Amino acid sequence: MILSKGARRAFAAITGVILLLMYIPLMLVVVNSFNTSQAFEWPPPGFTGEWWSRAIHNDGAREALWTSVQVGIVATVVAALLGTLLALALSRYQFFGRTGVNLLVVLPIALPGIITGIALNNAFRGILDLRLSILTVTIAHSTFCIVTVFNNVAARLRQVGGNLEEASADLGAGVWTTFRLVTFPQLRTALVAGMLLSFALSFDEIVVTTFTAGAGQDTLPLWIFNNMFRPNQAPIVNVVAVVMILISIIPIWLAQRLSDDVTAAAP
Amino acid sequence: MTAQTMSPPPAIALEGLTKRFDDVAAVDGLDLQIGDGEFFSMLGPSGSGKTTVLRMIGGFEQPTDGRILLHGNDVTGTAPFDRDVNTVFQDYALFPHLSVRDNVAYGLKVRGVSRSERRARASEALAKVRLDHLADRRPQQLSGGQRQRVALARAIVVQPKVLLLDEPLGALDLKLREQMQVELKELQRSLGITFIFVTHDQEEALTLSDRVAVFNAGKIVQLGTPEEIYAHPLNTYVAGFVGTSNIFTGDDAQAVLGRPGAFSVRPEDVRIEDRAGRHTEGRIAADGTIAETIYLGGRQRVLVDLTSGPRITVVEAHDSRDTAGRGQTVQVSFAERDLRELEDVG
Repeated sequence: MILSKGARRAFAAITGVILLLMYIPLMLVVVNSFNTSQAFEWPPPGFTGEWWSRAIHNDGAREALWTSVQVGIVATVVAALLGTLLALALSRYQFFGRTGVNLLVVLPIALPGIITGIALNNAFRGILDLRLSILTVTIAHSTFCIVTVFNNVAARLRQVGGNLEEASADLGAGVWTTFRLVTFPQLRTALVAGMLLSFALSFDEIVVTTFTAGAGQDTLPLWIFNNMFRPNQAPIVNVVAVVMILISIIPIWLAQRLSDDVTAAAP
Repeated sequence: MTAQTMSPPPAIALEGLTKRFDDVAAVDGLDLQIGDGEFFSMLGPSGSGKTTVLRMIGGFEQPTDGRILLHGNDVTGTAPFDRDVNTVFQDYALFPHLSVRDNVAYGLKVRGVSRSERRARASEALAKVRLDHLADRRPQQLSGGQRQRVALARAIVVQPKVLLLDEPLGALDLKLREQMQVELKELQRSLGITFIFVTHDQEEALTLSDRVAVFNAGKIVQLGTPEEIYAHPLNTYVAGFVGTSNIFTGDDAQAVLGRPGAFSVRPEDVRIEDRAGRHTEGRIAADGTIAETIYLGGRQRVLVDLTSGPRITVVEAHDSRDTAGRGQTVQVSFAERDLRELEDVG
């Protein structure tokens, strides 16, 4: 599409303003993690690496990071398995209630997190009689991670179509061999992209986590939330926030690159 | 096919084969036998059920009713990977993540053939379709005709007794298609296996096949050799679908031929007379006016509006007459023996 010079400038200006509004606060967090003033004076009176070294030696923050990583990895692996199987079942087989199951699988991502949180909290404590712990957070995170993997893999399966699997069966391959030699190589990049997104989602989730985490078992976002308003901890919170930004950005960036590769390679 | 006293079971036997999608019968009670080493075509427009028959033989669709026998063995409920038939798919369905060689060797790999034998047999199959020099390429790097040949090589490398081909030449341009027709025929002769070929192109079916089944609405409306199908269509549907025909039914038949019923005559059997009344014994004549003359290279097609009503198409040698102007009054005639009486199927 060809735009007039004026329109191009106007759009460039709007884009610039929006991006600035989005990223200035983030940059502020990064800068403040080096700010010598504990009250975040602006402009910063000086820069220091003290908050970083204190954050690294802060047991609470380190434990929270480790909890988040564990939860993210386990939830992602569970989601990868279940999400892929669901996508295969729903896009390659016809069965009674297929559209219903499809809707139920995607629904959790549309439900407000607070509803999911309350529901899971009640179910864990009331019905299953589980103590809230790292296990319950992981299960809770899996519910929305499954959707992410499912959406990615299902989209790929739709794009590839069933012809290759028919050709494989025609040449003598059984169901498992076909999956291993044909289906899986076709959906591998979509699966990895879905897993990276899952991990990022789990890593910064707070609403569902609040209702499903055990006492004293903070994930990183929970730790930030709990320490934000303690003047002593405030500078360390900034450091942790910067770490979170980095850990979240990398998987998103990788996932986007993987998706791009696929679109370019598709015939 | 010669019938012997102890005749072996046919390569394929379909018994009352039926496939219903919801309430629509895509294939409607089909009975058919296809012999060993036969080049058999299923010809019909899209939606006539021919592809569904092929997919049921391949095992990709389950029939609603009826049986499928391969060399006498009932395979109706058998999975595709347990059937001794292979398919060349319309869109080729080559594996994009494998090289040409690995595509061709795929059927051998899943059968547990050793790596060295796989390589040798894949090269051999690729040589048969003259593509051994491209074995290391990816399918995406090949042209349409080359992909077609890879698909063929991949299907024949596992030595099936029956090869199913679903409109395999449909995506190729005319020149390539004609070349591939010749190659297909030669390949079928040298392999000596049964080919079941699905096409909507009547010329392709007539050129290649030992026998042709013409499909309409899930049923075979005529089964025979290409000569029989072309020269002796049984009904108005076949006469209209296979080649060009002048078909006279109802009032037209009465007006032109002076009798009721349904009849056809091929355009090349109709003659435009230089002078009226020159026609001889055993010919049917009618007066008309030339509506259009279409140049076809060595020949021309002349459309004549008959005084008695219908329009008749004539194909004649380009220089068969001095003048062929539009609006010219002429007499057309054809021999009684070139007239085919048809069943009128509407």
